[in-house]
Order: sequence, then C-alpha cells, then structure tokens
Amino acid sequence: MTSSPVPASAAAPAPASAPTSASTEASGGSHWEELVTVALLGTTRRTPSGVTSRRDAPTALLDAAAVETVRRRAGMRPGRAAARVEPVAEDTRPPLPPAAARRLTMLLADRPGAGSSGRRGAAPDLKELLPQWLATANRQGFAAPPQALPALLDAARGRTDIRPAVLAFAGPRALWLARLNADWRFALRAAPGGGAVLPGSEEPERMHALWEEGLFAERVALLAAVRAQDAGAARDLLAGTWASERAEDRLMFLDSLRTGLSAADEPFLERALADRSRNVRATAAELLSALPGSALAGRMAERAGSCVAIDRTHGTPGPHGTPTIAVEAPHECDAGMERDGVVAKAPAGRGERSWWLGQLVEAAPLGIWSPRLGGRTPQEIVALPVADDWQGELHGAWCRAAVRQRDPSWSRALLGTPGAPEAGGPGAVSLAERAKLLGTLGVEERAEWVAGFIAAHGLSEAFQLLGVCAVPWAGPLGRAVVDALNIARDAGSYPWSFSGVMGLAERCLDPAEAVRLEGLTAVPDESENAAPGAGGYWAESFQRLVTTLRLRAAIQTELTHP
Amino acid sequence: MTQQGVRWTADQVLALAPDTASRKAGSKLGAAGPWSEAGSSEEGTVWGLCRGSGSKPYRTVIDIADSTGPAYKCSCPSRKFPCKHALGLLLLWAGEDGAVPKGQAPDWAEEWIEGRRKRADDKRAEDAAGSASAGDPAAARRRAERRAELITAGASELEQRLTDLLRGGLASAERRGYGLWEETAARMVDAQAPGLAARVRELGAIPSSGPGWPVRLLEECALLHLLDQGWLRRAALPDGLAATVRSRIGLPGSADGPPVRDRWLVLAQYDTADSRLTTRRIWLYGAESGRTALLLSYGAAGRAPELALPVGLTLDAELSAYPGAGQSRAALGERFAAPEPAGFRPPGVDVARAVAEYGEALRDDPWLESRPVTLARVIPTPDGDDWQLADADGELALPLTPAARSRSGLWRLVALSGGAPVTVFGECGHRGFSPLTAWPQGAGEAVTLC
Repeated sequence: MTSSPVPASAAAPAPASAPTSASTEASGGSHWEELVTVALLGTTRRTPSGVTSRRDAPTALLDAAAVETVRRRAGMRPGRAAARVEPVAEDTRPPLPPAAARRLTMLLADRPGAGSSGRRGAAPDLKELLPQWLATANRQGFAAPPQALPALLDAARGRTDIRPAVLAFAGPRALWLARLNADWRFALRAAPGGGAVLPGSEEPERMHALWEEGLFAERVALLAAVRAQDAGAARDLLAGTWASERAEDRLMFLDSLRTGLSAADEPFLERALADRSRNVRATAAELLSALPGSALAGRMAERAGSCVAIDRTHGTPGPHGTPTIAVEAPHECDAGMERDGVVAKAPAGRGERSWWLGQLVEAAPLGIWSPRLGGRTPQEIVALPVADDWQGELHGAWCRAAVRQRDPSWSRALLGTPGAPEAGGPGAVSLAERAKLLGTLGVEERAEWVAGFIAAHGLSEAFQLLGVCAVPWAGPLGRAVVDALNIARDAGSYPWSFSGVMGLAERCLDPAEAVRLEGLTAVPDESENAAPGAGGYWAESFQRLVTTLRLRAAIQTELTHP
Repeated sequence: MTQQGVRWTADQVLALAPDTASRKAGSKLGAAGPWSEAGSSEEGTVWGLCRGSGSKPYRTVIDIADSTGPAYKCSCPSRKFPCKHALGLLLLWAGEDGAVPKGQAPDWAEEWIEGRRKRADDKRAEDAAGSASAGDPAAARRRAERRAELITAGASELEQRLTDLLRGGLASAERRGYGLWEETAARMVDAQAPGLAARVRELGAIPSSGPGWPVRLLEECALLHLLDQGWLRRAALPDGLAATVRSRIGLPGSADGPPVRDRWLVLAQYDTADSRLTTRRIWLYGAESGRTALLLSYGAAGRAPELALPVGLTLDAELSAYPGAGQSRAALGERFAAPEPAGFRPPGVDVARAVAEYGEALRDDPWLESRPVTLARVIPTPDGDDWQLADADGELALPLTPAARSRSGLWRLVALSGGAPVTVFGECGHRGFSPLTAWPQGAGEAVTLC
C-alpha cells in the first residue's frame, strides 16, 4: 500500500491509553525510520531522540512507535491506478438457465483431489458427466456464467479431452482471462491465433501475411482453417513456401491435406514423394494410396496384384473343390517401391518379404481384388482359404486398406458375422482392427454389430468395440449390454470385473433405459455359486447406473427446456 | 415462518458443508437416485430416505425454518455435521425437478421436529427465568476481580518482556526464534488473557515473514504495548474505549446492545481454522438501519460452526451489538422468517472514501486491522505481480492483500468483471483490500469470492 503518513494531527487519533512525552509533534517518515533503527539496534546501543533517562528508553520508544503506527495507518492513502486492461467484448449468447448453472457448479466441484476417494458406492461420478454437459450446452448455444470460468479453465487444464468443448463454451472471456493467468496459457495455444479471428481466402493479403510471418501454431491453425474452407487455396498457400519449410513443419503441414483430400491434390503429393525427408515421403504415399484413382494407387495395385492369385492346384483343395488364395510375397524392395513410400527395413522380428507384402496390399485400391480373384464379392474373397499361413498377413493388410479407404463393404466382409466364434477370440482380424473397421460403418450398423457380438461373446472383449459406438447407445445395443451385465451377475462374479463397461454404460446408455433397470437395483438373495457379497455390490453398481442415467436425463432437461 | 417458494441455490447449500470431502459427497447425493419418500412441509421440514450400503435406508430430516439456523438429523453413522445425506437432501430440495414434493411428514420426522421445537421453547423459557436469578452476584463479582488481577499481572509481565526486547534490539528477536514467544503466549493463556496470547503468538511468526519484518514487528510490539497500557489504565478510559480494550484482551462480553430488527442481507461468510477451532465470520448489512454487523460462530476442529447463512439472502431478524466503541460484532437474536432472496445490494463508496473510513475507525479502535466496506464501480486491475481494485471513474486504486491475491476467489472476481466495473464487498485495512463478495454490473446474483 502506498503509505503517505500525514503530519496533521487531525488524521491521527491520540490514543488515550498511551500518554506519552515522546514525539507526538514530530512527524513524517524520517521519524518512523529513526524509531525502526533504534528498535532494531536496541536502546542500550542507541537512545531515541528526546529521551533523557536510558532506563525509560524502551517504554518511550514503544509509546512513540504506537503513536506512529496508528498515525501511519490512519493516514494511509489509496495508490495510483495501474493501466487498465482492455475490457472483454460482451458475450451475446443467452445465459444458462438457473437450474443448469447450479448443475454446472456441482459438476465442477467434483474434481479429482477435491476429497477422499475410495470405493465409488452408489453415487454417480460427476466429473465423467462434464463432457456430455458441455456438449449439450454448446449445442444449445448458451454462454458460460463468468464466475464459473476459473473452475472451467482449471478443469480443462487437467483434462485435455474436454479442452475444445470447454473453450467453446467459455467463449472469448476465457481467452481474455488466459492472457492474465499463466496457468491457463493452454487456452491461448488451443485457440487458433490466440483467439483472434483467422483471415480466410477472402482476405488474401492478411492470409498471406500471417502465413509468411506467423508463429508455427498460428500457421498450422491458418492452414487448417483455409483448407476446411477452400481446399485448393490451402494447397496453393503450402506450395508457395514448400521448399523453404523445415522437414518437421512440412510433415505437419502435409497432414492438413487429409481434410478434403481429392484428386486435385495428386500432383502436389506426387512431387512430395521425392521429398528429402522419409517421413514426408511416407505420408505423401499414404495420402496418395487413399486416392484410388491416383497413379501411385495404380502402381501399388499392380505390385500387390502380382503377389496374390487364385490357385486351384496348390495344396489340398477345400470341400467341393474350394479354390485357395496363393501368396507370393515380393523378393525385393526396389527403388520404385521405396519411392512410393514402401519402408524397406522391416522391424525387428518380422520377415522382410511379409513386411513388404503388407505395405503393398495396404496401399492398393481394394477395388482391384474382385476382378483379380474371379469376380468374387469381398465376402467371398475373405471366406477363401489362404495357403501357407499367409492369411493373417493378408487379412490384416486388407483391414488397414479398408480403414484407410473407408470402404464399408470390405469392412463388413472382414468384420464377419458378430456371432461367429472367431470374432471373439484370436482370429485373422484382431479386436483393435475390428474396432477400426466398425468406424467405417454407419452408426446403426455399428451398434447392431456390437450388440450381436456382445450377445454371442459377452462383455469381457467388448470394451474396445463399445468405444467406437455413437452415444447415446442405440436401443438394441443398450439392451445387449444390460442383459450381459445381468448374466454376469447371475454367474456370480464381482461387478468390478466389468467396471470399464459399467462406467461406459453410465455415460453412454440412453437415459430412457433407467426405467428398465429398476428391477436390477435390489439386493438379490445370495445364491450358492455367487462370490461372497457380490449381490450387494451388483445392486450398488446398478443403483449408480440408474442414478447416473437419471442425472443425465435431468441435465438434458435443464439445458433443453429452461 | 414459512419456507415455500424460497429455494436455496446449490452454492448456498454447499456453504453448509463442514469440509471439502462432505461437499463432494453431498453433491453426489443431490440426485433422485438413492432417495425415496422424500418430501417437504409448509413449515420448513425436509425429509427423505437415502439408500446406503446397508439394507435399511438412512432417515434424514432437516428443519430449515428453525430460528437458530438449519438443524439436521440423520440415522447414518457419520460424525460430520451436517452429514452428506443432509447436504444431498438439501441439494435435491434446492433443485427444480420436483424430486421433493410437498406433503405430510412421516412420523419419524415429525417426532424429531416436535421434540426439537419443544426443547427450544423450554430452553427459551429457562433462559428467561435464569437471567432473572443469575446465580450469586457476589460470587460472580469475586470471580471477575480475580480474573482482572490475573490479567493485570500478565499485562505487566508482557510489558517487561517488550521493554527487554526493545532494550536488546529487534535484531536479536530474529536469532532467538519462536520458542521465546510460545512461552510468553503460554504465560498469557495462564493469565486468562486470550487476546494477548494470540497477539504474542503472531509476533513470533513475524521475524520469518520476509522482507520488511522489522517494521511489522515494531508495529505489532507497539500496538501490543498500547493494549497492555490500555488495560492497566482502563479506569481512566472513556467507557467505549475501555470496552474495546476488554474485548481485545479477550474478556467475554455479552451482546447487551438493544435488539435491532431489520432485513439483514448476508454479505459474506467465511471460515478460518487453526488446529483446535474453526471460526466462521458472517457479515450482514441492514437494509433499513444501514449498519454492517459481524456474527461469529465457532466449531471444534473438523466440525463446521453451526450457524450458516447463505450469501445473497436476507433474513428478517433482530441483532444485538456487543459492547466496545467501533466494534462490528453482534449476536443474532430472534429470527422472524427464513432467509429469502434479497433483491438489493449494499450501497458502495469509492476507494478514497473506503480508506478514509478505515482511518476514522482507528480513532475508536486503534487495533483494528480492517473494516467492512462495499466498493462501488471498481475494476480489478493487474499491477505487476499484484492486483488492485481501481475506481472506474477516477485514478485511485486499492491493492489487494497478499492473502487475497493467492485465493482462487481472485480469479472469480476478475472473470466476473472482465475489465468492467463491479461492486465488491470486502475488508479494507492497512494491508490492503480483501474481497469477499462481488456483484456484476447490471443484473446478477452475488458471487462469493472466499
């Protein structure tokens, strides 16, 4: 505090309890400084001015200091105002309905470290509901209450998964705050251009200026924004400075072409195949292979096609003379292959030839296989036996191609029927690959396939697959999960063996399902084969599930029917 | 004493929680799931059954209309007070999804409420009777005289220690460390002067408090000396100042001021805790009287003080002031209705006026650290690593206290303002301003900052 002791006696009270012969009349900072000096050294070494008897000196000093202290405090004056910050622009979005604002306070109060943790009991895990709350609030276009912004930013600081949703909801005021608090710098990095509006191709001068002079993050944001708006303009921007960019930067920029990739990008990508950096070459090749009409895809089709053929003579023909697929993996990785992005050196423990084969098949357009393999459909092709243990390698490469080329008919064929025995165990196609394949299918078909999988194989392998399903879960999928949980309970296991799925169900099950779950929340009679106490824990888990669903329904209502 | 139509906000309910863990646990129970047969009555009773891990649900009942603050009863084994079930039930009641319908209280809830209200009535009658014949006045006087003698001996001894310290110099205090002060504080406890003991304990912490400590130590030594002298010469002081000295020394007073009935706006509520005691401070502002009053409530370590008043509400009640010139402390008397939303804000002053008022208040109480004040139209402004509240319409500013700068409430204040003027209630003193509650420009509810 700017402290300006006032000499006038009007401002300083005369404390009645401190009758003093010392210097009430003396004044100013110098007197106080003298008192502090004497006090530090001690009155045996230095006598305060105006005191004759050394014996009384300490009391006289304390008297004088008391008067000065009260005088200094009473005479305090306000300081000068520092430079004001620029006020934030007004948020024109409608404010949250009061019930929703209260709910937000509660969700934000439930942060990790905000209390003791332990067994979760029957109460919902509020922080897991925050992402959905934010998504709904953003869909409805509400503005965040200003006083909630610090808690929102703190929550986003610890959880990168919710950052985009938090920053969208928090609006410009959050960026304004982030400029004042280093803890929230991430908000400025996450927001393109630190929250400033990016110039688009309709403002070529500003756009070019930012592209030429901007920081790396700003340039990445600019390129992504322009690409989303006008794919060609973004490519031209990139081509203009390509030669002078650093290799890491070229890689990041190239990645932006994934958005709106089209045949028009092919010439640019073809040139990038000759890049100095191997990573850039590989990425360019990958992008080109996702364009089935590209010259690279054609070259890869030729190479892959020459390795895979129908063989009617090889080995033992299947029943009814089923033909077999014969695989002849490449014997060398020539310069042409390398130029097209094939990585010559196999990782430790993998055979070189199978490594090359996988890359060729992965990069070849899937459309070549039907004509090449006797006009068969993808289903029929996948069903063919493959000679000499090449099946895993070949099917795996097809899976990667189906995902890369987003081909639903091949995905469907490779996924197979969900109830098939090999779908749940180690087959040619792993669960991770199946999850990726599911991603290429429509929302409904995905849910249906996973529901079928759970009905046939139970929950223990389903976690990964559930993760790619749309939220809230479609009716049949939700019912399959609940039925499977019910079966697991009846089988006598403990609920925590299924805690992952249970947690997913809390977040993803349609809130309307709560009614159907009521019957499961009672504590069942202990059966003979059940683990001790399991029934009670299951009841608790289902109670938590029902409570969470109710809460999600309430959140939905608060945000949509204010 | 009716309650209908007046809902509390979640913040107001959560303010009742004794600690963070309870707040968290209570929040989780503030949803319909585990509750059954929940209901509320016109008279201000809320009840419900909460499913726990056992086979029998817990019975939770809350009396929100009681004149001494909300009262809770729960059959759970928790020693927290209020327990998470009571908090959860109140949150459920505060929500707007009709989860707690109006109805007839079940017998178990009704019994408790009736028993409670009867006990309260009995006690009131007893108090009324008791105050008429307050023991043996002669014995009470002898006890008071005995205590005054002890305090006088303590104050004299403390004076001796202070003069010894000044004789040897404050520089040596840094070397001698904390033990000396602890021992002196213990002597003041023996002398039954808790106010002196607390000041002595704070002295001990100053030498390690960073740059500028000699100035702060001299100031506090001088004010302690002033208090000793005030006590030793209390007979010569005017009545008001003598009462202030007695209360600063730590002698219990009784709130014997005339009861003032008003609509009291709850400006702020916050707790400070040490290892033995939680102290809750509640600032109130009277709509008609224009007075600002302080209620103190205490809880043993780990338990929340029982009095809880949600910020932003008003209560129609009587307050009686404690004695002492320039003292804000008051006691809550009868409450005539449950708290309800305020619909008004305290009038504010500018920065210069706030500082001047603190200076003037020192006239009545030179030991005053800070004074409650509402600042109108101030803008939270960064000033290097510090923060200040700057007049929106002038060039003057008040720095925030070091403690306020490190609280998370600072950021709620900055966020609320967004660079625009806000109204801020807080404590203004020689260390700066400590914001406690703020109101946005234009419409908007009170936002707590502490």
